[in-house]
Amino acid sequence: MDNGQKWIAFSTIVRREIHRFLRIWPQTLVPPIITIVLYFVIFGRLIGSRIGEMSELPYIQFVAPGLIMMSVITNSYSNVVSSFYGSKFQRNIEELLVSPTPNWIILLGYVVGGMSRGLGVGAMATLLSLYFADFSLHSLPITIGIVLMTSLMFSLAGLINAIFAGSFDDISIIPTFVLTPLIYLGGVFYSIDMLGDFWGSVSLINPILYMVNAFRYGMVGITDINVVWSFSMVALFSVVLFGLALRLLEKGSRLRS
Amino acid sequence: MKQTIEPALAISQLSKTYEDGFQALKGIDLNVAPGDFFALLGPNGAGKSTTIGIICSLVRKTAGSVRVFGHDIDKDFSTAKQFVGVVPQEFNFNQFEKPIDILINQAGYYGIPAGVAYERAEKYLKQLALWDKRDTASRTLSGGMKRRLMIARALIHKPKLLVLDEPTAGVDIELRRSMWEFLKEINRQGTTIILTTHYLEEAESLCRNIAIIDHGQIVKNTSIRELLKQLNKETFLLDTREELAGCPVVEGYPLTLIDSNSMEVAIEKSQSVNGLFTALTEQGIHILSMRNKTNRLEELFFDLVEKNLQEKKNG
Repeated sequence: MDNGQKWIAFSTIVRREIHRFLRIWPQTLVPPIITIVLYFVIFGRLIGSRIGEMSELPYIQFVAPGLIMMSVITNSYSNVVSSFYGSKFQRNIEELLVSPTPNWIILLGYVVGGMSRGLGVGAMATLLSLYFADFSLHSLPITIGIVLMTSLMFSLAGLINAIFAGSFDDISIIPTFVLTPLIYLGGVFYSIDMLGDFWGSVSLINPILYMVNAFRYGMVGITDINVVWSFSMVALFSVVLFGLALRLLEKGSRLRS
Repeated sequence: MKQTIEPALAISQLSKTYEDGFQALKGIDLNVAPGDFFALLGPNGAGKSTTIGIICSLVRKTAGSVRVFGHDIDKDFSTAKQFVGVVPQEFNFNQFEKPIDILINQAGYYGIPAGVAYERAEKYLKQLALWDKRDTASRTLSGGMKRRLMIARALIHKPKLLVLDEPTAGVDIELRRSMWEFLKEINRQGTTIILTTHYLEEAESLCRNIAIIDHGQIVKNTSIRELLKQLNKETFLLDTREELAGCPVVEGYPLTLIDSNSMEVAIEKSQSVNGLFTALTEQGIHILSMRNKTNRLEELFFDLVEKNLQEKKNG
């Protein structure tokens, strides 16, 4: 395949992925928006007004970046895991496997599809947050940079989950038992300064903490973690996950007999 | 200078052992000439689908090599895959997508621009009588339509080698025959076709050459004509005008009464059918029609597979 053909193959996968989540928008776009509105109403307005300030910010301003990041993470991940596993289950992944499309194009196609949904829902969550809180954006490059890298990383993680998954149960185990606890313990709702030295240090092994803090820094200018360190961690995780996902595709693990 | 024509498919010492230890292929060799219409026959579990899976890279081979028009599927996979179109046994398209989208997406995976893809999709969907269904969810198509959709999908990148794994399974006779005509036309236009089927009549009607695979080994690889020459005996069914009170006796022709108006007879290749007819007419029995009891290829197929089984039992 020449580069022009590779571009066509890549854009076909991306277009198909975007078309898929738009076609089933009541399942893919509406629930995250309802969830985010509920979070803003309950944690931002009802409870937040009694909490007062967190890290010298009104609680709703503190929590909003984390909630936006949460929607980006869960939607990037769930789009790729459900789409790729669905293709495995229906065996239409074979359409790609018999074609000359290189594995790295397949990988990028699915990941960009996942990022499209993650970033799309993230953008809608951001617009909603403007209704509940006032923001003056601290740094656009940091905000955009970290949200792109986070979406990339969780799209890659979703693909790896889908490759290993043998049933629909397997694609809900990681989001339920790993992703959700990491998000909740990743500084979305509180500052790690509140945890004390020991639990604060334990929190540092949670990669979501770095993403949420870097994003919060980009939006409102406060963070518990050094932003350079945050970017480095997310970049490192992304490179490792990309390498692993590509290796699994090259080997045909759980895809080719 | 003499120019060498590369085989459409050249398989050498191909082996496959699955993770559970099952040896599906035991070092098979197979060559298919360009432009051929080739049948790959064998009982269930013989290794046909594994062979096809390896050709289209859905199954990883354990050893051996596969070349498609001279291009190794490992070393030159991109070119090799451009040459192959595959119609699998099971439906393997997204049941929620529309036929037109399935075809255009498939073309995209081969690097074909959307405009060209649409023109080809229209051509094949029309040829396969699916154009009216192009915008319906493919899950709502009938079984025969789904099979035709998979054929259209396999042809969208204009492969030089088309591999069909039981393409007419579960398809009614009328549709099967229209699919045969379509495949014959594709073959006439230069596409090499490899077909696996359980309908031996299909193989006899469509294919010029044949390989019979059993227990992971090729037990026969020849032309259909040569294979049929090996048939020493054929069993015929005879319908009579007169009602028969008992089974007539004709020396040299072992007749069996089926019902009061039909008989069965096995005739050696060296025997003349005229002799039987003459003898029956002398007994006042007139034959209205005569037909093969089973497909001729079927008889040979069972003979070969049975022989292979006996050889295995005898060590």
